[in-house]
Amino acid sequence: MATKKAAKKKPARQSKPKAKAKAKKETPKKDTITVFIMGKAHKVPADATIMGAIEYAGYLIKRGAGCREGFCGACATVYRLPGDYKIYTGLACTTLVEEGMWLSQLPAIPGQKAIYDLDKLEANVATIQKLYPEVFRCVACNTCTKACPQDLEVMDYIQAAKRGDIEQVMDLSFDCICCGMCAIRCPAEIVQYNVGLLAKRLYGKYLSQESPELSKRLKEVKSHKFDKEYKELMTMKKDKLKKKYYERDLES
Amino acid sequence: MYPEYMKPSLDKVAQSRNKRFELAKSGKPVFPPMSAEEREEVLVKFHPDYKPESRRKIRIGPNKGELITTEVADILESHSRISPDVFDLSVPDYETDLLIIGGGGGGTAAAIIAMQKGTKSIISTKLRLGDANSMMSQGGMQAAVTPQDPPTRHYLDAMGGGHFDNRPELVRALTEDGPDVVKWLEELGVVWDKNEDGSMQVLHGGGTSRKRMHSCRDYTGAIILRTLMDEVRNHPDKITVLEFMPVVELIMDGKGQCAGGILYNLETEEYFTVKAKATIIATGGYGRLHIRSFDTTNHYGATGDGLVMAYRAGAKLLYMDSVQYHPTGSVFPEQIAGFLITEKIRGAGGQPLNKFGELFVFPREPRDVESSAFIRECVERKNGIETPSGRVGVWLDSPLIEMLQGDGYINKQFPAMHRQFIRYGIDITEEPMLVYPSLHYQNGGIEINTKCETNIPGLYVAGEASGGVHGRNRLMGNSVLDYNVFGRRAGLYAAQHSKSAKLGKLSLRHISEYEQALKKARIKTDRISPVLLPSYTPEDVRKRQLTAHYEGTLR
Repeated sequence: MATKKAAKKKPARQSKPKAKAKAKKETPKKDTITVFIMGKAHKVPADATIMGAIEYAGYLIKRGAGCREGFCGACATVYRLPGDYKIYTGLACTTLVEEGMWLSQLPAIPGQKAIYDLDKLEANVATIQKLYPEVFRCVACNTCTKACPQDLEVMDYIQAAKRGDIEQVMDLSFDCICCGMCAIRCPAEIVQYNVGLLAKRLYGKYLSQESPELSKRLKEVKSHKFDKEYKELMTMKKDKLKKKYYERDLES
Repeated sequence: MYPEYMKPSLDKVAQSRNKRFELAKSGKPVFPPMSAEEREEVLVKFHPDYKPESRRKIRIGPNKGELITTEVADILESHSRISPDVFDLSVPDYETDLLIIGGGGGGTAAAIIAMQKGTKSIISTKLRLGDANSMMSQGGMQAAVTPQDPPTRHYLDAMGGGHFDNRPELVRALTEDGPDVVKWLEELGVVWDKNEDGSMQVLHGGGTSRKRMHSCRDYTGAIILRTLMDEVRNHPDKITVLEFMPVVELIMDGKGQCAGGILYNLETEEYFTVKAKATIIATGGYGRLHIRSFDTTNHYGATGDGLVMAYRAGAKLLYMDSVQYHPTGSVFPEQIAGFLITEKIRGAGGQPLNKFGELFVFPREPRDVESSAFIRECVERKNGIETPSGRVGVWLDSPLIEMLQGDGYINKQFPAMHRQFIRYGIDITEEPMLVYPSLHYQNGGIEINTKCETNIPGLYVAGEASGGVHGRNRLMGNSVLDYNVFGRRAGLYAAQHSKSAKLGKLSLRHISEYEQALKKARIKTDRISPVLLPSYTPEDVRKRQLTAHYEGTLR
């Protein structure tokens, strides 16, 4: 699933790091490449991520960096490569630079979010129609899927939203990091990530099966079932507590 | 793809896998867990906190004379970003019931609860809403839900993990609120991993004696925090979010109460004043201070800002001598050095191995013990694997998980981890990862009680910025629980306080007094804090940044 685009997009990437690192020790200057950061040429380490390259070039990032590990979606970046008409999208924190790359970060993505009271919604297609009617403008062009740095099947979940299949929207959009690349490329002007988020919340609240154990435990806590044992543990001498801890059994 | 020279070691890992699989399947511990004495020994000899230069005496403020983490002492013994005299506090730019500093898990949870109590709040956040370590937690959240796991067992595990330094009443709050947090989040729309019958899917974490790790694949934090953020954004009439507008100092009143804060617009470099009847610090931790020069798993803004402003205002810190290094930070490839490899990998059966493909530690010791054992294996026993850039690490055998849990398990349960490595040609269903401890968590913080109150009236703290919940070592899954439990409590009690609070005349006198204390202690420094953002500008660029006088908004 996740291999799809990695293989498609960057064929020669994988053996690079080792070769570069070795070269580094002998001739440190040679393993730089030229990239164009917002149009300006900079020499940067050949094995850098886009974020690393921007900082190496001397920029202090304010917008465009968050978790720096691929979870927050703050560092959406668009780029083109020499001799290639295509526009590429990626996260600056996890995408590697390439020779001649022309890149620009998107400081923020304008995207409409419906305001709603989750308690008053139903997990069905009517809710999607009401809150995100533009979903039904989808022309199934698949641009959103191609733009997704997580390699999610974005178009498929938008199609599922049109059918009111909340569970499938939840499942396919689960790993969405809300970077907004899909929304910025969508010709139908859909904000896919917010549709995914709505579906996940609907699923979690209305469609996921209730845990009987959890309900039972909540009742136990409410009826102060553990008060006595807590009191005992909280007033126990450290030595005794330590002994109890090291003697406790482990669930296998 | 791993370099050729690692192949013999990788072969040894593959060769020992069947035997290790049989052992794991037997249900017995795959390696003997350490006794209290063995834990103590490995910590003292190898944990970075125990190096003499790791701590120094702080010379001013409420914790004066205490040994604290050196880098923390440095940011505390620093100048303020502002001159208090130039601020006119008589007409505040914003007025609100509740000022929440930090837009991560603790801050958003607090805002939601306060909103439900009819309290209006402002969330001030340095980056975007949700740019926080909460977003990055992968493996899960502890909560005692199964019949064999009373919350008191969770209490015992947390106390032992924290070396019994935890504040008992805080640990009780943490563990007893746990089940309700699971329910609360589900009602807000969090999609928990569940078994076929609807029961919660639970796994082990380091230091747990019962399976109580609840997860959302390996996007646990992302799912929870995006749910909380979405709920915050559903109430723009009650919750105002100010992004790229961190608070840089607290405002006090003449009666010694906290009365709001000074906001700094990161982009226009303007300052604004906020008057608030109650204030919550939920600024998270300090990984971006790169303590002991370690790489960090933390997000860009984790620079311990809340500690600084609270300390200047007179708040007491607790256990600021203790730093958490996550055992499994990535060390190869270089581009993802320091990145978090979730502990859920070991919870699901992944094993740490040395260069001979051998187990050398029980895979699920508490984090500080596990990390120290990794360092011992690499530094003292020299059984680590060196990377081309000169780092060293041990293997974390993930293919074993597929054998134990079934084919496809990694793709289903660890999509983020799989993605992280496949980008570099490493398929973790077939090959192990290379790991070494990475700076992860601020164990201590601002001292609170079970209502999240500090020694300053009107000032509340929740989440990683607070101290006492985890003693001197937090267990996996207790931070996600922490920011929910104490975020909710802070929201509740701060909202209650704001209903009756009467503020006196606003003042920044504590800033001037702190400056005087610096002077009196003969601390000469050009350091300024809060740090706000770390700098990764290379030395040669800095040497050319030669502007003699900065004017207007240029730096």
